Amino acid sequence: MRYAMAMDTRKCVGCSDCVVACQTENNVPLGYCRDWIVEAVKGTYPDTVQMHFKSERCMHCENTPCVRTCPTGASHVIDGGIVKVTPDECIGCGACIESCPYDARYVHPDGYVDKCTFCDHRLEQGLNTACVDVCPTSCLIFGDLDDPKSDVSKILTEKDWYVLAPEAGTKPQLYFLK
Amino acid sequence: MEEIINVSGRSIPHIYPHLEAWGAPIALYLFFGGLAAGLLFFSSYFFLKGKADTMPMTVKVAPIIAPFIIIIGLMLLLYDLHHVLYFWQLFLNFRIESPMSWGAWTLSVIMVPAILWPLSYLDDTIEYLKEHKSNWKIIGLLEWTNNLTKKMPVLPKIMDLFVKNREIVAYVTIILSIILGVYTGILLSAFNARPLWNTAILGPLFLTSGISTAAALLMWMTNSHKERQMYSRIDLILIAVELFLITHMFMGFLSSGVAQVEAAQLLLGGPYTVVFWVLVVGMGLILPAVLEILELRGFKIPISTPAILILLGGLLFRFIMVYAGQASGFHIL
Repeated sequence: MRYAMAMDTRKCVGCSDCVVACQTENNVPLGYCRDWIVEAVKGTYPDTVQMHFKSERCMHCENTPCVRTCPTGASHVIDGGIVKVTPDECIGCGACIESCPYDARYVHPDGYVDKCTFCDHRLEQGLNTACVDVCPTSCLIFGDLDDPKSDVSKILTEKDWYVLAPEAGTKPQLYFLK
Repeated sequence: MEEIINVSGRSIPHIYPHLEAWGAPIALYLFFGGLAAGLLFFSSYFFLKGKADTMPMTVKVAPIIAPFIIIIGLMLLLYDLHHVLYFWQLFLNFRIESPMSWGAWTLSVIMVPAILWPLSYLDDTIEYLKEHKSNWKIIGLLEWTNNLTKKMPVLPKIMDLFVKNREIVAYVTIILSIILGVYTGILLSAFNARPLWNTAILGPLFLTSGISTAAALLMWMTNSHKERQMYSRIDLILIAVELFLITHMFMGFLSSGVAQVEAAQLLLGGPYTVVFWVLVVGMGLILPAVLEILELRGFKIPISTPAILILLGGLLFRFIMVYAGQASGFHIL
């Protein structure tokens, strides 16, 4: 099993519903977030200006520097390639935060390091992640890459995609559709 | 003009707008780690060279600083932990790929010789201080510690064993001190996500810098003119090695990928340029080197000047690397 997410940058309107859904579902403390929206504008004003939105979160990389640099084993990979943190083993040293090219981790006010879990507690019940379920434009597609019939497998074979900072070499599993 | 503007509503403390998960405590921790590594390295090395009696400051007296600065370093590390009540998890695990784990264990292991070495020389240290610095109030405390050590139940036997095997201890301490010195650089260089840190040269560079700060401190502390001149020469070699390594670090960055080139730009025209080249390289390496050369040529220069410059330069170098490294990264937004 290899969970992955595809994100259609052409459908996203930047409403931040995914952010709020995650904060509500996972009791994320006020002022913090596990996923976030990026508004990217590029081009030359006024002729070729383009804008698109991206919904970003932990990329649940296949090659995980955050797990490697953790001194206690609190950062670990579970079934399906989901990267998680065990709060009771985390000492809050920040090594995983420094090792993440995507800055997807933060220190929870309670002291341990917190991040996106791909809502593994919902996946266990056969549900989708909170951000996917709430998205009004259905721009987030989640599923198992090892299953060729899953929505995410299908869309990644049909459409052109890119990942962020592939040169960091972490093999991120959040794919952006062009 | 072609422009790219990325906007994110994210405003998490210490993560956005720029990463600052590590700060002053880590920089100080790396400085004290390097300094302790250097002090222990010199004491063991010159002991093995048979200089215990001719160089008492290096071999017997100065190592007393090491356990204290290692403890200060460890306290700073603990202070920096956000989940500090779970710190014991560090010592339930050893993770071979995690530099933080290596550091916690190396510092704990090196604490044994770092405490026992100066303790076993306490008689000589007290005698040395009475002879040279008789007005120091600390002598009373050292005498009290010395008497207490001798009255403790098992400790004198451990000390006997330690003194009998001092040669083996010295070899082990040299290896441990090199691991500790290199570790202070590896802790940063293990992070692929921070291009400015992610260079294998950082380990040797921090080791050299750490040993150089220790040489500066010993040069400052010793009473013997001969010893002082020797450390002046050692420091000159170490400064040359440091300049060589720094040059190669930049050569490596500038011939590498975009992220590395941009990371180097932070120190080559970017916000850290002046502090790095003027304060670290200029005042912390080149100026003390010039002063030491003049001193060796017979000019009257108070030895504290180059020593303090080297120590401050080493400290500032770690601060700049910690902060500038976190400002470097990949294009992710």
